[in-house]
Amino acid sequence: MNPAKIFLAAFLVNNIILLRYIGLCPFFGVSTRFSTSFGMGMAVVFVMMMATFVTFALYHLLLIPLNLLFLRTAVFILVIAALVQFVEMFLKKSFRALYSAMGIYLPLITTNCAILATTFLVIDYRYNLFQAMVFALGTSLGFTFVILIFSALREKLEYAPISPAFRGYAIAFIAAALVSLGFLGFIGLFGLSL
Amino acid sequence: MIRRRPSRLKYLLDGIILENPILILMIGLCPALATSLTARDGLGMGVAASFVIITSNIIISLIRKIVPDNVRIPVFIIIISTFVTIVDYTLQAYQPALYQALGVFVPLIVVNCIVLGRAEAFAYRHGVFDSFLDGLGKGLGFTLILFVMGTAREFLAGGTFFSKSVGIEFLQKNGILFMIFPPGGFLLIGLLKALVNKYVKLE
Repeated sequence: MNPAKIFLAAFLVNNIILLRYIGLCPFFGVSTRFSTSFGMGMAVVFVMMMATFVTFALYHLLLIPLNLLFLRTAVFILVIAALVQFVEMFLKKSFRALYSAMGIYLPLITTNCAILATTFLVIDYRYNLFQAMVFALGTSLGFTFVILIFSALREKLEYAPISPAFRGYAIAFIAAALVSLGFLGFIGLFGLSL
Repeated sequence: MIRRRPSRLKYLLDGIILENPILILMIGLCPALATSLTARDGLGMGVAASFVIITSNIIISLIRKIVPDNVRIPVFIIIISTFVTIVDYTLQAYQPALYQALGVFVPLIVVNCIVLGRAEAFAYRHGVFDSFLDGLGKGLGFTLILFVMGTAREFLAGGTFFSKSVGIEFLQKNGILFMIFPPGGFLLIGLLKALVNKYVKLE
């Protein structure tokens, strides 16, 4: 599959939040303000690229040659947790501006299932390293894109006259259903399917 | 002042309604939406996740006194991922069709907030039997919602229950396909949450 198609499939047609239902906890938890969504999105892009690269290398250079495939889940989650810690310490020491922009979101990312899911998916799809990185970029930008448009929508919902039972999460889910319905329209674009 | 010990039954029952992981605590949403396309998928995912919650709760409660505080999270993660791997391989061997349907969400149980959340908030501070009850309650609450959603979506989309027709001609011919597409899941959980907001009064 060519890289442009992989990117578009990950970004729009198989959008990780709205069409695959992965990464919903940060999606609903963080997307209440536009600015926090942006910080979270950038942190996800950064960590997802690094995590995909590292786990991909470990899987092909360590787990396959040593025949340790059953350790995949344990190794991946530990690597991601350690990586996030290192990135946080490194940014804190060397890049203060970047740290203050996305530092507080980094610890939350360890349990963001979008990261772990992406590292599993590129292996399930048998991508090579380049395709895997393109997929990670598309997925994380898709995450950021959706979380941004959705946070703008939720800021409006705050002031909308909504019946008490639907306030908060309930209306957010229904708004997500409508946005998701819009994204369903991308199916078939460039011959890509769900 | 004597503080009354909360009754054991409360640990079990809280998870089902008053502290339902999905509809009240709002955690573990991803599998709840993604694997509730049919009653079978919902039930399968519920049982798989419940197994991991219960067993990891028991083990973490057993070793809570010997694990140093500052390395507890990595220890929890290793214990949880061990049980997730067991579930992963067991499903692959005995329920290949279900495994295919659940896909990447089986290994993703490891980052399910319910499992790590219960380990940290409950099992690390309570005895083995209490932790077992808590895990069982949370697992049942999780399974219940997945099963209800799976049943509703399967029924509305094609008039079936566990892939068998329930004899409503109209739905079989004019199934609401929307329900098994991603937006249907969001809509259904939004409506369930609104129902809970209206009828379940939290203290």
